[in-house]
Amino acid sequence: MRSLILTAMARIFFAIMLAGSVWVLLRGHNEPGGGFIGGLVGAAGFATLALAAGVETARRALVLHPVVLMGAGLAIAFVSGVPGIVTDASFLTHQWGSLAGVKLGTTIVFDLGVYMVVVGGVLSFMFRLYEEDAA
Amino acid sequence: MADAATLLVLWPVLIPIATAALTAALWRSPAAQRWVGMASLMLLLAASLALTYVVATEGVVAKQFGDWAAPFGITFVADPLSAAMIAISGVLAFAVGIFALSDIRPRHERNGFHPLFHGLMAGVNGAFLTGDIFNLYVWFEVMLITTLGLLVVQRGRAQIDGALKYAAMNLFGTILFLIAVALLYGATGTLNMADLARILPGMEMSPGLTASALLFLAAFGIKAGVFPLFFWLPASYHTAPIAIAALFAGLLTKVGVYAAFRVFTLLFEMEGGGLREIVAVVAALTMITGVFGAAIQWNVRRILSFHIISQIGYMLMGLAIATPVAIAGAVFYIVHHIIVKANLFLLAGAIRKAAGTDDLRKAGGLLKSHPWLAVLFLIPALSLAGLPPLSGFWAKFLVIDASLREEVWWLAAVALLVGALTLFSMSKIWMEAFWKKPVLVRATPRRVPVAFVAPIVLLGAVTLTIGLFADPFVEYARTATAVLVDPADYIAAVFPEEGPVQAAGTAYPGTANHSQGAVE
Repeated sequence: MRSLILTAMARIFFAIMLAGSVWVLLRGHNEPGGGFIGGLVGAAGFATLALAAGVETARRALVLHPVVLMGAGLAIAFVSGVPGIVTDASFLTHQWGSLAGVKLGTTIVFDLGVYMVVVGGVLSFMFRLYEEDAA
Repeated sequence: MADAATLLVLWPVLIPIATAALTAALWRSPAAQRWVGMASLMLLLAASLALTYVVATEGVVAKQFGDWAAPFGITFVADPLSAAMIAISGVLAFAVGIFALSDIRPRHERNGFHPLFHGLMAGVNGAFLTGDIFNLYVWFEVMLITTLGLLVVQRGRAQIDGALKYAAMNLFGTILFLIAVALLYGATGTLNMADLARILPGMEMSPGLTASALLFLAAFGIKAGVFPLFFWLPASYHTAPIAIAALFAGLLTKVGVYAAFRVFTLLFEMEGGGLREIVAVVAALTMITGVFGAAIQWNVRRILSFHIISQIGYMLMGLAIATPVAIAGAVFYIVHHIIVKANLFLLAGAIRKAAGTDDLRKAGGLLKSHPWLAVLFLIPALSLAGLPPLSGFWAKFLVIDASLREEVWWLAAVALLVGALTLFSMSKIWMEAFWKKPVLVRATPRRVPVAFVAPIVLLGAVTLTIGLFADPFVEYARTATAVLVDPADYIAAVFPEEGPVQAAGTAYPGTANHSQGAVE
């Protein structure tokens, strides 16, 4: 079933949800938010697009295969823990520094990895479900 | 650079996680996944053996994730028991990885075999190493999800059916586990196992704690496949491709047994609350139902699935008797069993390849066409039944000897009877598949690929080594038991300075007066 209103609005919703998800991801730095919840919002954006414009369009918008995204995210989260081993202490001991007055840490790298794993994980089954529905 | 020895505790989990990530990122190229996977399994084997060596020479090793001190951070602890489990699962994963080169089809790889396989190894090793009871739950979930994925890499009605039964029962188990953890946390205010080991002996067994202990027992019982919670196991294991079934058969139920040993030595006493009596009866019934279930089956993999259950009974027997001798016997039993059981499943795969069927009634004549396969089958089969001088003999000898010393005659009698029935089951496979004249005449016998034979020989060699040179292994099991029975070493490794709980500014009820006694 195709709805004209949904199809027309889907791209706008998609852009807003994606921007919102990145905002939630970055907000998690010091306030409620973070990679997991941000990833869910982002995945919902892609799911909306898939629902309105078809799974093929959403897959093209994602560029990477969901499982590849999941793997890359897990790899990034893994890499974020490595500096802790090299410097002093233990895996996942996060490092902090500041650049031009902004506090930066390796935790954001970890969160980015979580974000990608969640988007990839949710979409890898969501896309398949929608495809089966259409078939 | 942090201390290399303590970092060894992390590698058995970090290597599979990194591999799962890499193989998922290489989704488009199954060949690349295969090579990355094999390289990682070799690394994992080396890291596992190195960890076992360090633990055997230097004692218990612990590491805090993110450098957050226990009991607040998540602790990984390698004591002799977990190190042995890590080493043996490293060997098993390596062998299964080789077998999978020939057994796993491109369509299985496209359904995610490689990332799921390494994800499962991360979950299993995480469960063996973690020193935090809630973290143990997390690793159980990792195992559950990857196992479900692996059960359905071969898409078919039977696979989906098996996976559903598996999921329903195991999800129920993890919920029980979670409730048990919640009750425990409510009563003690900590989740760190070493911290719990300091606090719990000084506490009264309140109704909440008793309920928690019983829920742990039920949750691990489901995982381990004990009577009467076992029926998910024979319903699902035989549906997966052989390499995957062998991995499940070797490792999954044993993680449940391991967790039970960990919780019921480190945290709870087996005495009181009727716990011992329950476990003893459950152990006996598990042995009996498993072996009788196997007797009526004709499918090789189904027979072997039922034998997993009956063998779990022997390990529980060690837990029920709970003397140091019995626990050492059970530890030896677990190590021996992981290798033997996985090897039998790999052999079932070889038999299917050679005979073209899983059904013993249709198979036959393999002694003539594949004589070496018959010999290789006899090693784990007779070991499972407990014939000297194979590893199973010593394993059975140790637990039965322990039950005789405690004068639990009936349990020893059941164990001996089940051993005889196991021999009957194994000889049934041998007679039907190897000895009997073939039912269907085949002009050219099918070849069994080298990738099938190599891991079977490797695991057979491990079984022979454990059997012929049992002394160092029994000695190691005794060392492992010493740490289990008296957790002072375990606690000292997690809390290097005395009384870090107080130093961190939070005193738990019952800690202050107890901690000195436990650490000394």
